[in-house]
Amino acid sequence: MDLNGLYESIALIKPEIVISLTLLAIVLFDLILSNSKKLLPFIAATGLAVTLVIQIIELSTTGYAFSPQNATLFYGMLSVDSFGAFFKVIILVSSLLIVYFSAVTDEIKQSFDRLGEYYTLIFGMILGMMFMTSAIDLILIYLSIELLSLSSYVLAGFTKIRQRNNEASLKYIIYGAVSSGMMLFGISLIYGMAGSTNLVELNNFIQSGSINLVTFSIALILIFAGFGFKISVAPFHFWTPDVYEGAPISITAFLSVASKAAGFAVLIRFIRVGFVSYVDSDGFWRLSEVFDWQALLVIISILTMTLGNFSALWQDNLKRMLAYSSIAHAGYMLLGLAVLSNQGAFAILVYFSFYLIMNIGAFFVVMLIANKLGSENIDDYNGLGLKSPFLGVALGLFLVSLTGLPPTAGFIGKLYLFIALVDAKMIIVAVIALLNTVVSLYYYIRVLKKMYLSNPTEDTPEIKTSAMNTIFILILAVPTLVFGLYFAPVVDFAKMCISFFGV
Amino acid sequence: MEVGLSHFLVVSTALFSLGIYGVVTRKNAVMVLMGIELILNAANINFIAFSRYGNFGLNGQAIALFVIVLAAAEAAIALAIVLNIYKTYNHVNVDEIEDLKE
Repeated sequence: MDLNGLYESIALIKPEIVISLTLLAIVLFDLILSNSKKLLPFIAATGLAVTLVIQIIELSTTGYAFSPQNATLFYGMLSVDSFGAFFKVIILVSSLLIVYFSAVTDEIKQSFDRLGEYYTLIFGMILGMMFMTSAIDLILIYLSIELLSLSSYVLAGFTKIRQRNNEASLKYIIYGAVSSGMMLFGISLIYGMAGSTNLVELNNFIQSGSINLVTFSIALILIFAGFGFKISVAPFHFWTPDVYEGAPISITAFLSVASKAAGFAVLIRFIRVGFVSYVDSDGFWRLSEVFDWQALLVIISILTMTLGNFSALWQDNLKRMLAYSSIAHAGYMLLGLAVLSNQGAFAILVYFSFYLIMNIGAFFVVMLIANKLGSENIDDYNGLGLKSPFLGVALGLFLVSLTGLPPTAGFIGKLYLFIALVDAKMIIVAVIALLNTVVSLYYYIRVLKKMYLSNPTEDTPEIKTSAMNTIFILILAVPTLVFGLYFAPVVDFAKMCISFFGV
Repeated sequence: MEVGLSHFLVVSTALFSLGIYGVVTRKNAVMVLMGIELILNAANINFIAFSRYGNFGLNGQAIALFVIVLAAAEAAIALAIVLNIYKTYNHVNVDEIEDLKE
């Protein structure tokens, strides 16, 4: 066996290796020193911080890992490049935030004796997501999606305090297993036609012609079901509101950011590596004429954002409302992919970095309020902004940013998305997205109205935030505001990261 | 009559359709999970048949092994969750588990 190739491949997956080692360390620590569970979050945070540093050092590393020998084409199981690195940074940053988030969530605190399992499963999810961002072999894509899913099924029902936890994980696993089963069937059809599960070979096969277009389209739609489930776009979104409402809130925040980021990364790479025959001088991807991805993606994204925004209008539970809002955001981001250009992919990267801070921030404030009130119902928010001004202002800022109003970061994310759409002359689609944003204003502002324009009742609590929580909120709120005015660093970073390796 | 690739594909497509049908119509969570197993095994048959008749080497059969392991893991987790559901609701009828509705 060619050991040199193996060593080179292993050098390319250092971040994943550190994550795996941390996972093992957590399992062992939980087994051996079961009395000092308080230290587990610190181990998790240290592992993540080390990985993040390694990932940032390795930002510009490129190469194929685990290439087959004696192949006519040069490819591998993983394609390590700066595009994947960007998403890995997003995943690691959000995981770090979630570790602190979990440590202060009451729901998780009540399951203190099972904290070891909790962090083990979280790291299982992170490992799956890290492989998803750079996988270019359909089987590795499937396996890493399953690694992510299996851990998240358990975490969705982790706390077992209320009935809704169980229901969430049952719904999640049934929808998830069906869509991943459909995806696997699609992969098996692709394997039968192309003779390989590798995207590079698939691209080669598509360009050689001689494809049965009907079977091929069916296979692609089946595969899209798997991706669509992960990024929760219509019509594969039915699980999202139920799971987001039923799961512990730290997991909801994690699913809505990191798992969605990984899903987008793998979908973008799937189309970019598998179907693009060449990229023209303006950065538009010219796809092989076997399947009309653009039409499918435009229809699905319009459907997704409209459905998400209109369903969010009548939600009284904030977690459920944020779930529908995250469906709508998936729709916006999918438009960036539907443009099929470097500009569009770049817009998704920018959008995601802002979506990360504002969404985790919104969930964090909702969690702090739920810790006190025991519910996320909007009727309990009467006059909350007057009694707890700091939390009110913070939640207001995050919600305004999620709407996409200036001068917040959310506005810049949407701006780049619309620029990409207009550049591609998809004006009508841009107008529909803009109208959707107007609709979304209603349900975000409704929360603000409850907090500030209703008089506080006797039940309205005065919530004191501890120093650490205040700092955490500031860490998220200050960038939300600052990036709305001075966004050059994020934009430059994203611009640096849209190069794909190999193709 | 020689058994060829198309025979295998007919079987796998039938299994896949049966699996989807089972998932959609069955009310018992365990039966839904069995439908999911059928879908996964339909894909397995495809992989093995293609790798045997398409001369693609042994890749397809290796993939089938991966899928079998994964199906086992998924079934283990799913059954644990169903057991939990049974403890809380005293039944496993997926249609009646609907506390999370708007």
